[in-house]
Amino acid sequence: MKDLQRFLVSFALIPVISLIVALPVSLVAQHTEGQHSEQPAEHVTDSTHANLGHDEHADTSHTHTCHFHHDVIEEEYDATSTAFHHISDANVYSIGSFNFPLPCILYAKGHGWDVFSSKRFDFEFYGHGEGHKAYNKYVLDEGQVKRVQDESFPSGEVTIEGYIHENVIIDGKKAMNAYVCHEGKHYKLDNQSTADGGLFGGAMTSFYDFSISKNVFSMILITALLSWAFFGIARAYKNRAMMAPKGLQSFIEPIFVFIQDEVAKPFLGKHWEKFLPLLLSFFFFILGLNLFGQIPIFGGSNVTGNLAVTAVLALIAFVVVTINGNKHYWSHMLWMPGVPAIIKIIILTPVEILGMFIKPFTLMLRLFANITAGHIVVLSFVGLIFIFGKLGTSMAGVVGGAIVSIPLTMFIMAIELLVAFIQAYVFTLLVASYIGAATEEAHHDEKH
Amino acid sequence: MTGSIAAIGMGLAAIGAGIGVGSIGGKAMEAIARQPEALGDIRANMILTAALVEGAALIAIIVAFLVA
Repeated sequence: MKDLQRFLVSFALIPVISLIVALPVSLVAQHTEGQHSEQPAEHVTDSTHANLGHDEHADTSHTHTCHFHHDVIEEEYDATSTAFHHISDANVYSIGSFNFPLPCILYAKGHGWDVFSSKRFDFEFYGHGEGHKAYNKYVLDEGQVKRVQDESFPSGEVTIEGYIHENVIIDGKKAMNAYVCHEGKHYKLDNQSTADGGLFGGAMTSFYDFSISKNVFSMILITALLSWAFFGIARAYKNRAMMAPKGLQSFIEPIFVFIQDEVAKPFLGKHWEKFLPLLLSFFFFILGLNLFGQIPIFGGSNVTGNLAVTAVLALIAFVVVTINGNKHYWSHMLWMPGVPAIIKIIILTPVEILGMFIKPFTLMLRLFANITAGHIVVLSFVGLIFIFGKLGTSMAGVVGGAIVSIPLTMFIMAIELLVAFIQAYVFTLLVASYIGAATEEAHHDEKH
Repeated sequence: MTGSIAAIGMGLAAIGAGIGVGSIGGKAMEAIARQPEALGDIRANMILTAALVEGAALIAIIVAFLVA
């Protein structure tokens, strides 16, 4: 009887949780709807202009009127660009729809360094994170710092009238050109710096962004959290030696032992103790950031789904493998014994050398693609609400969309929870196997 | 009709990786059924191999992103 009660309570909890999740979504939709009804008529023409960008030919004429995000009818809900906006880095930290400033550290050639808080851009506390002011030619467009390269744009703090985004086709590729309006004139904005590898539409820029951005902030936060947890646990082991683990200790210990016994020892042989700290750092850093990125309201920062971050992680792995590679490893990489010289020259050595670089490359891509794909899938399902609801103009569509999308989103997020663990594990496992291959001693009687 | 040929290529790569991961999983299940005591070893190797096969599909995703 008690089991049945417990079951019923937990069963009742699911719709309650769904409702709590659904409410803010429909509120956001209504919020948008409310704004739409106040639209002055002149913006309707603006929306038809903006539609030109969706045609196959590029629309380069500056016929758009200037606007901020919240006072324009969006021509069409663009699920792709919304998803990409949410997985990319930003210079404001958003909790829910509320934006908080972050420090900006910017460098432009010929101009020098600029260090200031992104509060200077005067963005809305509740909204899309668009700056109403420019500072030293920098502007904040949809949460991201961009720069005006034009010499005629005034330096210092100036008020701006809005932004224009237009889709253009360059070399058959869709690209987005952004303009800022100041005193009725349009100034083209440089793209963000391309630490992302230009994958998300970056290009050459005139400035470098070293800011404590959303991703960096998340990384610092997770590092601090992990250090706090681990220093506490280490102290607990000292103080409570030979006693049963307690609290956080009993959560971390099985994971620690798992990495040690299932990853480090089998792959690294007798060197396992030397590389265990590295493996554990990789594992917990990736796991922490994966899980942090899953929390929907805390900015949903996509740190391990950022190519630059995974590239650095893979680079560390590459350096460790290369430095620790012994004679045995290098002889097998460069001049495999027991194979005819001609085969070595034609195929074996080039392939092995390529493989040396492909290994960290796939390490980088695997983590990046898995986490990014998870975020995009979640965002697409949330986007269903806006597609069905026609951006809040149809309340029935919003409700229908929410009914479809919330269970799907919850399902995908449950899977993503699993993926967060698996990807952290796989990354650690592969690093261990690469290091293991590099440090393995010769035992010619067994293999080959 | 929108979209690009890159999406089709991506789909083909996903089919390949799907067949690969599927057969890895299936064979691992068979192996576990035959030797349940070797579960730990089999699982670790299964995930390792699946991750390697998945790499091909991920490179396809990236190429599709770059080309699309």
